[in-house]
Amino acid sequence: MCGAPDQDTLPALEVSAGEAVVHGCVVRDGEPLPGAYVRLLGESGDFTAEVQSSATGYFRFYAAGGDWTLRTLYRGGSVDTKVTAQHGQVVEAKVVVPA
Amino acid sequence: MSRADVLVDADWAEAHLDDPEIVFVEVDEDVSAYDGGHIRNAVRLDWTKELQQPEARDLIDRDAFSALMSDKGISNDHAVVLYGGNNNWFAAYAYWQFKYYGHENVQLLDGGRKKWELDGRELVKDVPSRDKTDYQAKEADPSIRAFRDEVVTSIGQKNLVDVRSPDEFSGKIKAPAHLPQEQSQRAGHIPSAINIPWSKAAADDGTFRSDDELAKLYGDQGFDDSRSTIAYCRIGERSSHTWFVLHELLGKQDVKNYDGSWAEYGSLVGVPIQKDV
Repeated sequence: MCGAPDQDTLPALEVSAGEAVVHGCVVRDGEPLPGAYVRLLGESGDFTAEVQSSATGYFRFYAAGGDWTLRTLYRGGSVDTKVTAQHGQVVEAKVVVPA
Repeated sequence: MSRADVLVDADWAEAHLDDPEIVFVEVDEDVSAYDGGHIRNAVRLDWTKELQQPEARDLIDRDAFSALMSDKGISNDHAVVLYGGNNNWFAAYAYWQFKYYGHENVQLLDGGRKKWELDGRELVKDVPSRDKTDYQAKEADPSIRAFRDEVVTSIGQKNLVDVRSPDEFSGKIKAPAHLPQEQSQRAGHIPSAINIPWSKAAADDGTFRSDDELAKLYGDQGFDDSRSTIAYCRIGERSSHTWFVLHELLGKQDVKNYDGSWAEYGSLVGVPIQKDV
């Protein structure tokens, strides 16, 4: 995780059988990066959802199972991170933004 | 109507922040985003508490819209520039509502909050003080809003454009992937609907694609220009984004936003639903 959980804005982490949770944090130079735009892209590159990383760099998606790309936009560029999710499971991803 | 009439870019906006004839208005899904910093002189509209009725699931009525605008210091003559997070979903929803109540001069800031932030442009925490006005909303314009009965009778007759993600359209999930999976009773889509996700109309930075790219996008996906059109999503915001593209940018005729959208349709008793999974 990326420091203190962002409990102000998100419900407790639960995953039901019909969904997969993809969550994690965005870091730069080992520090959480707030305010980055994390886009969840499907296998064909299609956009599915977007969130902004919290004050602690945290992000969370409730997705379907499958192979996903996290495209993270920040001031100065973007970076892609691959992740595979399965229904009923939580998968943690770490997005490292170039310093 | 041209793109320049309904859309402004960030450079133009930055040069007009102090123009007394213009009111910048921020509308976010996360209504607290404004508190963390907003475009200078922008006022906030809270879509959950101000643009919708507190009890019934409906838009605020004409009198309430007049009172809201008056309280915000927006007059009938002001040019309104709307922007927000989530690629302008909720700003587009507000834009559609401004048009619904007949506001003449309203535009979207291309790219919204995201592009503004990624550009590193100024955000401030000072809340502007504006004098109250005497706003008079016009009669609601039924030509841009669809209700459920019209949607049901439009199956196979009109372009029904489902702008949700492919997994929501197929019935694999019921809500966008940044939200917990709840809401409607059933998953799937309205029979005969075509799935053209709103996101295909925007670049990564949230700006709208060019008119040529947009025209090709809808043409390639089976959009029939000879038919009237109803756009829907889950609760009417993403479909406002597509309504803006079809009606305001591409100038297509008879395009309605179904703001009841899947949260309503997917809970109705006795209507047909198609599920692909």
